[in-house]
Amino acid sequence: MTMIGWLQIILFCAIIVALTKPLGGYMTAVFNGERTFLSPVLRPIEAGIYWFSGVEERREQHWLTYTVSMLLFHVGGFLIIYGVMRLQAVLPFNPAGQGAVAQDLSFNTAISFITNTNWQNYGGESTVSYLVQMLGLTHQNFLSAATGIALAVALIRGFSRASMRTIGNFWVDVTRTTLYVLLPICVVYTLFLVWQGIPQTLGPYVEATTLEGAKQTIAVGPVASQVAIKMLGTNGGGFFNANAAHPFENPTALSNLVQMLSIFLIGAAMTNVFGRMVGNQRQGWAIFAVMGVLFIAGVSITYWAEANGTSIMHALGLTGGNMEGKEVRFGIVASSLFAVVTTAASCGAVNAMHDSFTALGGMIPLINMQLGEVIIGGVGAGLYGMLLFVVLAIFVAGLMVGRTPEYVGKKIEAREVKMAMLAILVLPLMYLGWTAVSVVYPAAVASMANAGPHGFTEVLYAFTSATGNNGSAFAGLTGNTLFYNLTLASAMFVGRFFMIVPAMAIAGSLAAKKSIPPSAGTFPTTGGLFVGLVVGVILIIGGLTFFPALALGPIVEQLAMNAGNVF
Amino acid sequence: MLREIRPAIVLLLVLTAITGLAYPLAMTAIAGVIFPSQAQGSLIERDGKVIGSALIGQEFKDDKYFHGRLSATLAPDPNDSTKTVSAPYNAANSGGSNLGPTSKALADRLKEDVDKLKAENPNAAVPVDLVTTSASGLDPDISPEAAEFQVPRVAKARNMPDDQVKQLVASNTQGRLLGLIGEPRVNVLALNLALDRATAK
Repeated sequence: MTMIGWLQIILFCAIIVALTKPLGGYMTAVFNGERTFLSPVLRPIEAGIYWFSGVEERREQHWLTYTVSMLLFHVGGFLIIYGVMRLQAVLPFNPAGQGAVAQDLSFNTAISFITNTNWQNYGGESTVSYLVQMLGLTHQNFLSAATGIALAVALIRGFSRASMRTIGNFWVDVTRTTLYVLLPICVVYTLFLVWQGIPQTLGPYVEATTLEGAKQTIAVGPVASQVAIKMLGTNGGGFFNANAAHPFENPTALSNLVQMLSIFLIGAAMTNVFGRMVGNQRQGWAIFAVMGVLFIAGVSITYWAEANGTSIMHALGLTGGNMEGKEVRFGIVASSLFAVVTTAASCGAVNAMHDSFTALGGMIPLINMQLGEVIIGGVGAGLYGMLLFVVLAIFVAGLMVGRTPEYVGKKIEAREVKMAMLAILVLPLMYLGWTAVSVVYPAAVASMANAGPHGFTEVLYAFTSATGNNGSAFAGLTGNTLFYNLTLASAMFVGRFFMIVPAMAIAGSLAAKKSIPPSAGTFPTTGGLFVGLVVGVILIIGGLTFFPALALGPIVEQLAMNAGNVF
Repeated sequence: MLREIRPAIVLLLVLTAITGLAYPLAMTAIAGVIFPSQAQGSLIERDGKVIGSALIGQEFKDDKYFHGRLSATLAPDPNDSTKTVSAPYNAANSGGSNLGPTSKALADRLKEDVDKLKAENPNAAVPVDLVTTSASGLDPDISPEAAEFQVPRVAKARNMPDDQVKQLVASNTQGRLLGLIGEPRVNVLALNLALDRATAK
């Protein structure tokens, strides 16, 4: 670890803190339907879209209608991706002549993108056409991100409203998020990325003759426009197989810094949106602080572990940290930071191969996902995930002092706590359950690339990532098999929608409640005690759930490595 | 609920057309005008032929060139399309080795390469980036230490004084942005092109 490494980490954190409030203010105005500086340009387009699509802008929806609208929207999204992938061979924008994608892989990828997971069983440049990248993947990068944000806003409305039956209009929320937040940032961001060196072309792959006379086929494409939304929307599905480690997806140290910032940007701002909408920005900063504590702890451990390197390297006299599966332009610190950022948020883009991380360095990304990706989290999803933990923490605090718990003026009662528990329990059921099946099913075991405990971690990581809708991988695992395509798809589906539906039920039930003014007996939720309590609840629930699995994977591997064992 | 069906279909199609077609195609047109070189992939031509991209590493085996990182990229086996074979710096199929910290295959490979490099230059410590595979398999850079390490071999193969080669390394070394962001590095292709130009004089 070096001073300059820590300075890079501090710089990253400082920029995020600085951007949270201004973007939060802008986004709050967007969600409340107020005029913004972009309204003169975008308002006519927005109104035209509503008119054409039959959306009644002022008609709000009950939570159930809101949720059903969201589900219908996803059915359509699924069909578009699946259809374009199956038909890519006969559709335009296919200069590399890619053939139809197999049924199970198309199914997996379509589920993967509508759930904002973007798990890469597809190979990017070796599998899909430019049309799939644009019409299939880029479009769903926008819409699954907009959906996540819309759902979080709906849940916030549950807290901020009183005695109301509705929580907003899904169609309006998605349209406004796409037009006013995601698209304008992406237009500027794409140009920045092209300036840094990311290709943006519809031309065919380039045939080069290297200095030594060998042939090199260089894959290009409309990359920058997809990378922009892939990061901003915490999607993470790469244009290329190597994702953000590929020099064409992340060419410079500056593009890397901005990409990491853009992963956290909206998720961090959502905490401020929450504070503003419930009428006290300090409520937002308290949640931000919970995330910050867990984030700094994770970064420190991974950076330390990667800078330290492995026993094999020490024995050979190699210094400079674990550079296997890392790029020189990022080095140890920017690779470690990226790994923690991408798994804390549910992005899943990678600029280094997590499979080659040290045991402890790779365990932190795994833990980040197992905690439910609430450390900033996916756009929107991180906030509603975190609010579920807050509900539990408030409930625990209420039990300790024997009072009905309340949060930002709303009584937290049995229904909310049951729904929060349902959402939180369904995740480990998926990733622990499928991991258990996979390690005894021979065809699934055959997919492991590494032997010993590392192979187990590959499988655990895959199902954790899928359930958490992250999408990063211990990529040695051969995931493109019928078994993994179907099981991972089921984990992604349950991980997304079995969290959303209970969260929306909470939104509906909270919106209907009366708002009660704080009294002397109200537990203050803007101070250090509250932050500590929520951090504690997250770590205890998380720890109890997945510690046994971690003991079989990264923990035993670290011990084996220290003892000089190889597999 | 039924009145949600129309938006579910029409709004989806409209937003798909905007984000999936209008946006990427417009960005392609704009980027092609403002940053034509980068938009095409930062290609480098020599004598009218494309010799590669400034951002994509390529394989160097000859002693007279600086070598890049190890690359774990694969290509389909020409004899059996269900299998893959090693194809370093395959820029149409990026990827890493994915070998873990307790992998025997990695331990053996590291040992073999460290021994080879120690034999080549016994006077310097082996830089870790010269014996590890990059994440993309296409890393265009090596660390300044890794370039320094190869100077004696390259100088000897080209009959150039060590100092002249060292100077070329220094002039092709990029520092951190603002002295803070990223890592110091040497673009191997740019350095080798500079070497060829120096030899041609």
